[in-house]
Amino acid sequence: MREVAVVGFAEAPNVRHTDGTTNGVEMLVPIFREVFDQTGLAKHDIDFWCSGSSDYLAGRAFSFVSAVDAIGAFPPVMESHVEMDGAFALYEAWIKVLTGDADIALAYGFGKSSAGELPRVLALQLDPYVMAPLWPDSVSIAALQARLGLDNDLWTERGMAEVAARSRAAAVSNPRAQLSGEASVDDLLAAPYVADPLRAHDCAPITDGAAVVIIAAADRARELCQRPAWISGFEHRIDSGSFGARDLTTSPSAAAAWAAAGADSVEVAELHAPFTHQEIILRAALGLTESVRISPSGGALAGNPMFAAGLARIGHAARQISSGKADRTLGHATSGPALQQNLVCVMEAR
Amino acid sequence: MTTPPVAPLSAPLDISFDYTRSLGPVLTQFMTGLAQRQILGSRGADGRVYVPPAEYDPVTFAPPRELTPVGPGGTVLTWSWQPQPSEGQPLDRPFAWALIRLDGADTGLLHAVDAGTAADMHTGMRVRPRWVDSPAGHIKDIVCFEPVADGEPSDQAAPAPGDPVPVPDAGADPGMIITPVSLHYLHSASAEESRYLRGLREGKIIGQRCPACGKVYVPPRGACPVDGVPTTTDVELPDVGTVTTFCVVNVPFHGQRVPSPYVAASVLLDGADIAFQHLILGCEPDEVRMGMRVRAVWKPAEQWGTTSENIDHFEPTGEPDAPYDSYAHHL
Repeated sequence: MREVAVVGFAEAPNVRHTDGTTNGVEMLVPIFREVFDQTGLAKHDIDFWCSGSSDYLAGRAFSFVSAVDAIGAFPPVMESHVEMDGAFALYEAWIKVLTGDADIALAYGFGKSSAGELPRVLALQLDPYVMAPLWPDSVSIAALQARLGLDNDLWTERGMAEVAARSRAAAVSNPRAQLSGEASVDDLLAAPYVADPLRAHDCAPITDGAAVVIIAAADRARELCQRPAWISGFEHRIDSGSFGARDLTTSPSAAAAWAAAGADSVEVAELHAPFTHQEIILRAALGLTESVRISPSGGALAGNPMFAAGLARIGHAARQISSGKADRTLGHATSGPALQQNLVCVMEAR
Repeated sequence: MTTPPVAPLSAPLDISFDYTRSLGPVLTQFMTGLAQRQILGSRGADGRVYVPPAEYDPVTFAPPRELTPVGPGGTVLTWSWQPQPSEGQPLDRPFAWALIRLDGADTGLLHAVDAGTAADMHTGMRVRPRWVDSPAGHIKDIVCFEPVADGEPSDQAAPAPGDPVPVPDAGADPGMIITPVSLHYLHSASAEESRYLRGLREGKIIGQRCPACGKVYVPPRGACPVDGVPTTTDVELPDVGTVTTFCVVNVPFHGQRVPSPYVAASVLLDGADIAFQHLILGCEPDEVRMGMRVRAVWKPAEQWGTTSENIDHFEPTGEPDAPYDSYAHHL
């Protein structure tokens, strides 16, 4: 099998609201420039482009087609799109490189989450017959999952607040994070519920943002990057669409993806957990021990641009390797309600 | 000289439509049951009873042949509190979302519980469905669930769980459900589009030049589709141009403002590198041709806003046609 590595990553500032359009062009143009500056590549070097975004978020049809303007797609480029997080676009790009159809591929994801009413928009990702007609918002759905773990003594509200506090403290070192700073667990626990048993700190903020990752095959990767983050395992799995039939206190799909990817030990795991208790679920499903550094970027709780946050996790995990801070890392992305679908990308220095 | 930054234009964008779906045989039977105030589940190969029924067995993927009545009483498996219900949700006062395991079922059905306050909710509490007056075969036939006091029967009015109900053949008429969808956005024009729209309010047509390829776009763009960089330098364009291509619209459609037949055309303004679409009126449709010279007909100035509608339509100028070579590159 061809060796493939992450050689470049950039993300737009994670912010509550941008003035830009929902086609993402204003967020994408600067980060394309940034990742090309990093790698010394130009648009004509990219053999395959793949994006992740959603028209439901944009409130308009074919918003991803307008986003292609940011590429400058003339002469025509080979391009694809997924209505999922950009991490799944990266998976498609990785397959494209593995098959030899491309040597260098670029995946991007973007979301102007602030344009609509995000918790309502996300109700439309649910079963369309028996769930979506009730308009359960994304926070309420996550809260049902959180209480199951609390009732069964799998986690505590204090443990959840500790996740939030650690996330915000870590994000201090990430200039593109939306939420950062020191917060005491007691202060966090003194806040009222927004959706009992969830408090505001348990929920990722609403974030506008975008991310881009470039991957390259073998020799090209070594030319482009001093310490490429070689992909040793890249897998995704999904749990049942019957929401009420799932055991929501665990993540079988994350565990299955992890097992398929090799389940080797890592030093750093960037987890895409939009709710505090979901980080606890993921750590258990992936068997991550105390020695693993979790989301040094701050993770999704410090900024959760829809359709970009998962790709950014992989980018941050790769950056840990390229900067020499780690030799083996994991980037994780999730999609769907209450961690229904999970993707893992394991990377290493060679 | 620098001009202070001006926020791009934005406006509310409300989208609504009736999401209309046909149902497969299993959900058709489930909805038919609801219309009769009966809740049905499917028995899986793993022995569990799934409610709502699984369209395909979660283990064997075989479609279930019959459905099993469950409930009407149930037990709350988990819940969350909705202090501020939003549009479309089951109740307009604070309520709980819950996964409810109906008696005889093994999985949780998502619905609302009308408990009054969060203090009156607890995991394990007993609930029963509250039905609409005229059930029609929709998950909203159940208004919500309501708490049942200890010792109180679950629901006297509902039929007791009965015999299994056969699932209709796949070829039978499917049921339909209609779910109204209503979403609300704040739609933003790009900074470049806003420049164009604000120009129109002054009766000007402002394009912008791409700093890389030098092409003039109207409206200007957040990214030149050739170079991927925003257009920058303003270019004020005349309201005169050339029809590059056109079509005669004969088909009536919802919201049509001009009686058909009429002509929709691509008009290349003099000095622009990209054509934009507009109406050609002021002549018979069969007189419109490629190369025809046309001029904008503006609405009265007092009606101008930040909108492309300031130009009502284009009409022929009467000048000789533009030579093909002058617009061939823009087709």
